[in-house]
Amino acid sequence: MSMVLNEEQIQLQDAAKKFISERSPVSALRKLRDEKNPDGLDKTLWKEMAELGWAGILINEDFGGLGLGPAWMGLISEECGRALCATPLMSSAILSANLIQELGTQEQKENLLSAIASGELIISLAVDEGAHHNPQAIQCKAEKTADGFTLNGKKNFVLDGHIADKFIVVAKTGEKPSDVSLFLIDANTTGLSVTRNSMVDFHNSAQLSLDNVTVKKEQQIGTSENTIAALDSTLNIAAACITAETLGATAEAFERVVEYLKTRTQFDVLIGSFQALQHRAADMFSEIELSKSVVRKALSSLENNEADAGRYVSMAKALMNDTAQLVSNESIQMFGGIGMTDEEEIGFFLKRIRVLTHTFGNASYHKKRYADLNGF
Amino acid sequence: MSNLDAFKTECREWIAANYPESLKAPATDANQVWGGKKAVYHNPDSKVWLDRMAEKGWTAPMWPKEYGGGGLSNEENRILQSELNRANCRLALASFGIWMLGPVLLKYGTEEQKKEHLPKIVRGEIRWCQGYSEPGSGSDLASLQTSCEDKGDHWLVNGSKIWTSYAHYADWIFCLVRTDKSSKHDGISFLLFDMESEGVDAQPIKLISGASPFCQTFLDNVKVPKENMVGEINKGWTIAKELLQHERSMVAGFGLSKGGLDGNAGAYTMISIAKDYLGEEDGKIADAVARQKVADFEIKNEAFALTMQRSAEEAKAGNSPGAVSSIFKLYGTELNKKRYELMIELMGAQALGWEGEGFKEMETSITRSWLRSKGNSIEGGTSEIQKNIIAQRVLGLPK
Repeated sequence: MSMVLNEEQIQLQDAAKKFISERSPVSALRKLRDEKNPDGLDKTLWKEMAELGWAGILINEDFGGLGLGPAWMGLISEECGRALCATPLMSSAILSANLIQELGTQEQKENLLSAIASGELIISLAVDEGAHHNPQAIQCKAEKTADGFTLNGKKNFVLDGHIADKFIVVAKTGEKPSDVSLFLIDANTTGLSVTRNSMVDFHNSAQLSLDNVTVKKEQQIGTSENTIAALDSTLNIAAACITAETLGATAEAFERVVEYLKTRTQFDVLIGSFQALQHRAADMFSEIELSKSVVRKALSSLENNEADAGRYVSMAKALMNDTAQLVSNESIQMFGGIGMTDEEEIGFFLKRIRVLTHTFGNASYHKKRYADLNGF
Repeated sequence: MSNLDAFKTECREWIAANYPESLKAPATDANQVWGGKKAVYHNPDSKVWLDRMAEKGWTAPMWPKEYGGGGLSNEENRILQSELNRANCRLALASFGIWMLGPVLLKYGTEEQKKEHLPKIVRGEIRWCQGYSEPGSGSDLASLQTSCEDKGDHWLVNGSKIWTSYAHYADWIFCLVRTDKSSKHDGISFLLFDMESEGVDAQPIKLISGASPFCQTFLDNVKVPKENMVGEINKGWTIAKELLQHERSMVAGFGLSKGGLDGNAGAYTMISIAKDYLGEEDGKIADAVARQKVADFEIKNEAFALTMQRSAEEAKAGNSPGAVSSIFKLYGTELNKKRYELMIELMGAQALGWEGEGFKEMETSITRSWLRSKGNSIEGGTSEIQKNIIAQRVLGLPK
């Protein structure tokens, strides 16, 4: 069994669906936008989600988490995707928690993981630098000093950057692509400036500028030897969870379209009776079913530590991204004029889906990676 | 050791002892055994393999033993199939009798019909063809007009069938006939008869691929014994639709690289073709655009196989079959067309030959398969019909 949910997973998913639909429907995101919420998300809500255990899914029980794997986290991501929910799940509970758990010292784990799991501490990963995800070509530099390092460089598309308490910064320590290390720095560190980006999907992202930021030796997470592998496996988990979130958003958008086709009348008939629309709906349904299979497969292969999990992740992200693009575009077309208005929520899905597909590698990135991993 | 483990060992040992050495070479379409009275065995070992498999009932592994089948459970059959795949065994018998007729005969046939026909299907003694479409009834199958009159001691059949696959090689036909002109769906019956009956004339139709796998079959005052009707008179449409489900899952299997009857795609992967015909640099397909197209195709191909696997897992978990199976015919056939389009593109002029020394056998074989694949999205319910079904029955959109 690799693509079918078990009893406990179905329970978790149902509970998440219920909680999110009551506490954080799409209208909550609209409200955050309209009131120009300085945090860009509801921190109280995040604490409640943490109380439900979501922030600690990947964190071992010793450090206050649930000790579960990516397949479980993917279910929460999928449900968040359905409601376009704004949370620090990806930045803090997936990326940062997993890196600290894989690479951190006992002391770092004790200090940080339970605080992430309880929702009190938000740590953001600063990995991307330019317009595209490219962790193989990190430019931000870490130069050795007597008792630590000096960091210089820029970071872009840092999720939840402007509300993070701390950052894990990926920086290069040598000239080989594998010469990278991670540094934990406080948000108020001297030489670090954080600028909030206003994004098309109204979710949080920021730019970081590091100007001679001084870090001590003990702020490094992991060693120069083990960092690249842990970063790769963490980005695999992140990409898989992002595809699950994309699946949620895409499936929801599609269901809303089908519902609209059953209620909108033109020429005295329901527009869903038109074959031109029926056939496109059938095509979208097929693509979503295929995408669902690969998303589940990617998550379960990570859950089971399969050797070719990365290949499945890239396959899933490539296919899911194409499907999400198709469905989000068709959604606007099928809603017609009303789909162009800010009042109709379908537009929020188009915007969010485009950001999700870009996050941690677009379709081109993952098709190339899939080809590399398949030996062609 | 559990019973299933023991069964796995049994399969493995039996295959090792019984699979003929000479069949280990790669097979081509011409090597496929279809059985029947007119069968020609290019390699006599193919007949040996068929007989040995039939003896075990493993040509129809899940049919009851009393009708010649293997009597295996779902799990046992899965094990058998995976062991046969593991040993790269050729399909012992390709058969519309096994894939299409058998399942409905088991459900709707009389005891006499089952005893008469099923064992012969298992052993490959009788080859069946399908009499469904008519010149005027394609997608609108239920408009069929071939008449069947009750003449007291026999049925009298008149009309013609088209796209009857391999009718000129078949021994018997399962055929939809009209027994009542006043009602469309409730005037159809399901009839079996011998292709050697007087008045039956199967004429091969030459296709764009150059092959003639289909016939137009003329039926002129054909007398059929009364006991050859399956199910009640005028109730044939239910049986017809159920059989179509089996046909569609068979055709959907063509979308899998190792699926169905298609020997070519399994032997030559898209990646090896791309590297052979376009060259490689540092292990990568040299042409970047082609590389992206191959990646696109491989991802869809793998995703489709995973989706069929997911559907099987859901069935195993006891979940309702789910809407997902409704896409198999549509997606599988469209994917198979894409497969051959891409192969042709990658192989260039070498895939555009018709015959002769300028081309390898594998090359012209892919050319012919490319042309043949165009029919996949037409036969067994067109892609457009499949989309109507998905839209209306699965998504609940209004008619």
